[in-house]
Order: sequence, then structure tokens, then C-alpha cells
Amino acid sequence: MVIDKLQLVWSSLPNLLEGALVTIKLTIAGLGLGIILGLPLAFGQIYGNYLIRGLVSVYERVLRSIPLLVILFLIFYGFPNAGIKFSPFIAAVLGIGLRSAAYQSQIYRGAIQSVSGTQMKAALSLGMNRVQAFIYIILPQAVRIAIPPFANEAAIVLKDTSLAYALGVIELLRHGSYIIATTFEPMTIYLTIAAIYFIMTVTINTILGKLEERMKIPGIGVEGGSR
Amino acid sequence: MSKKEILRIVDLHKSFGDNEVLKGISLSLKQGETKVVIGTSGTGKSTMLNNINMLIPPDKGHIYLEDVDVTTTHDISRIRQQIGFVFQDFGLFDHLTAKGNIMIGLTKVKKMKKSEAEELAMFELERVGLQDFADSYPAQLSGGQKQRVGIARALAMQPKLILFDEPTSALDPELIGEVLTVMRDLAREGMTMLIVTHEMGFAKSVSDEIIFMENGKIVEQGPPEQLFNNPREERTKEFLFKLNELYGEGGA
Repeated sequence: MVIDKLQLVWSSLPNLLEGALVTIKLTIAGLGLGIILGLPLAFGQIYGNYLIRGLVSVYERVLRSIPLLVILFLIFYGFPNAGIKFSPFIAAVLGIGLRSAAYQSQIYRGAIQSVSGTQMKAALSLGMNRVQAFIYIILPQAVRIAIPPFANEAAIVLKDTSLAYALGVIELLRHGSYIIATTFEPMTIYLTIAAIYFIMTVTINTILGKLEERMKIPGIGVEGGSR
Repeated sequence: MSKKEILRIVDLHKSFGDNEVLKGISLSLKQGETKVVIGTSGTGKSTMLNNINMLIPPDKGHIYLEDVDVTTTHDISRIRQQIGFVFQDFGLFDHLTAKGNIMIGLTKVKKMKKSEAEELAMFELERVGLQDFADSYPAQLSGGQKQRVGIARALAMQPKLILFDEPTSALDPELIGEVLTVMRDLAREGMTMLIVTHEMGFAKSVSDEIIFMENGKIVEQGPPEQLFNNPREERTKEFLFKLNELYGEGGA
């Protein structure tokens, strides 16, 4: 009996791992888009004028207040009404990335602002211009501060890629449902899928936790960044 | 005394909203002079220092570093390199070692070679008695040590003048002495310094001139003996009397 289940898991693995690969692609693309958009959003909110700060706040508030599934449906099913069509994969990346950008902008804003203002003043007083001060003084510290919350966001994005299922992206969860449709073994297959998600999430946290440990500034305790 | 004038401030004004913090400050500093600015909190002492290197630009008035008008220069970074600034809360770069804190201005601003910058950094650390802490990070140093690194960092840029903004106000009492000792040595070596402090004993023994500020104006300035023992202005007397009440004869 148990042997049968294990055999089913074993024979399903190639298909499931193929799906996991798509999940990883969605995660990397979604996070990447989140970084590319999140950084300028954070800069806009910190250094921008009244109008830019307002626009960023609105974007961030709106995207954080709508369920991801609704965002995905809007992009994939809604946008074609306006003549904008995307493939399921691209639509999923856009939805995940646009929402992650809203969260990531807050991570970067907080990290940049938590480096004390006196350090900026000190850098300027040495004769650095603002760009130099940002690159040599603020950024190296902000990156370190941003790693733990970024790891958290990465884990959330990874798990939320499962919503791409609803657009018909053939990722890990959908591969599983195909297998279930022919084997009628939902318990075994969903448990296997859960285990694969678990391993991927733990891996992300471990890697970023190691990075955080390596970049730790001596004397400043940043214990237990993983979650 | 016909020494070269390093700093001259003429009729400096600064307001924050409706609050006029500086109401026409004028003073000058010759090469090698140490002047100490005293006065109650909120009288614009800090604002004045921040005006001098344009970290907070003044509304009106002129500031000359030797012959250059700081308020109208197009290359403020170049001026700032020549004006050291020591902060109340140190302003050390937390991700860099003591040595790294000193080197970064030399390599990134002065474009000095790394080996030369390191040599100079070590020299300045020795000057403030911290050669053994070159590889320590700010979080591993005491407040007094941090401030000495802050001073060494300013010194390494070989400035024409150093501004001190309440350099000991954030320190535990037992750590104040080591910082004042370093500053005393600098004064003796002929560094030009403008110091805002509440350390009256230090002000008395080190300064060439005391500047008493109140409500955005200079009430009185003069040599320490005269100002402390024989103040001309009624307000100065009252201020010194209050200090005596607080700290006893001669202040802290």
C-alpha cells in the first residue's frame, strides 16, 4: 500500500519538477520585476516632490489592497477588453511583479531611511556629493537592512505563484492537478506538491540567511533573519 | 596679530518657517585661533555651524572661507573638503571600520591611492590615540572612541578649519575627558577651530575668544578671562550665574 504511494510519487516527480521549474521562473521574474519597479518607487517616495510622493503612495496603497487573484484576472481577462493581450505566463509575471513592487518599495524605503541622517550629513561634510554619499554610505547599509524583509517577500512571492494556476500557467500546482486527473490520488500528490513548495521556500530563506550572516557588520546584532 | 583670516561670517540670517533662528551673526576666525560659542539651547549655535558648510543654507548674509564666498560658490563639495565637521552624534559610517571611516573621504573625494590613504588614516588614528582600534567597527567602540574617530576623520582631510557641534554632549561624563584632551592638543598644535560646547572649563582654558549667543544674536564676545570674570552685558552675567548655580564655580 505505502509502496504503491511511494511509487506514484516517484513516477510523478519528473512532471512535478518540470512544474517546479516554471514556478521558479515565475518567482524570479516576478521578484525581478518587483525590484526593477520597487527601487524607483522607493526613491520617488523618499526623494520625490509632493506629486511623485503622492502618486507612489496611491500605487502602493492600491496594489496592496487588492487580492492577487483579482489583479491577475484583471490583467489576463480584463485588459484584452482594452486591446491589451498577454500570454498566461506574462500576465502572471506582470500581476505578481506589480504587486511585489508595491511591497518591495516599502522594504527599500524603510531600509534607506533607517540609515541615520547624520551619516548623510557627515558624508556631505567630507565633500561627497549626494550620489557618492548614497552609493558609498547609504546603499551598503540599506542592502544589509533590506535582506531579511526581502527574504520574507521572496518566500511570499514563491508561494503566491501558485495563483498563476488560475490563468492556466502550467506550473507546479497545475502539473499536479493533471496527475490527479488520471491517478485519482489527490492526497498523495498534493502532499508531494506541498513538500516541494516547502523545500523551495526553506532553500530561499537559507540562502538569503547565509548572505545576511556573511554581510553582517561586526558589533551590530542581526540575529535570526530567517523566518 | 596679522595672521591670515580663515573664516569671516557677515550678517548671517536664517529662519525656519516663522521662527527666525539667526538674526544677523558676524564673526571671524584667524588662522590657528580657537573660538568657543556658548549659550542656552535653541539660540541658533548649531544652525550657524551648519550654515558655514552649507549643510543648511542661510537665507541672507555671507560666509567667506579665506577669499571664497561659500554662499555663492558653484562647487560646494570642494569647500566642504576644507571644512572639517564633528557631529554631536558622531556621524560615523556604521558599515566601515575606524580606518575605513577615515579612508573613504580620502579615496573617494580626494582620489588618494588606497595605500596612501591607509597610511594617513593610521597616522590620524595614532594622533587621537586609537591606533589599536583601526579595525574596529563603530558599534564596537565607546562613545568617546567614536568621537575621536570622528575627529580623526575630519583631520585626515587636512581642513583649513574644523567645526565642532557639541562634540561631547552625547557622551557619558567619564568619556568626555578623552575627547576634550584630543581637542586641547589640536588647539595647541595651531588648528583653527570653532567649537559649540557647554563645557565651560574647557572653553575657559582652551579658547582665544568666547562668543556668547542668545536668541539668534551674538550678545558678547571677548577673551575668556574678560568674558567669564568681567562680562560687559547683563545677559552674559545672568547666563554665567545660572551656569554657576548648575555646575558650581567654573562650570563643568
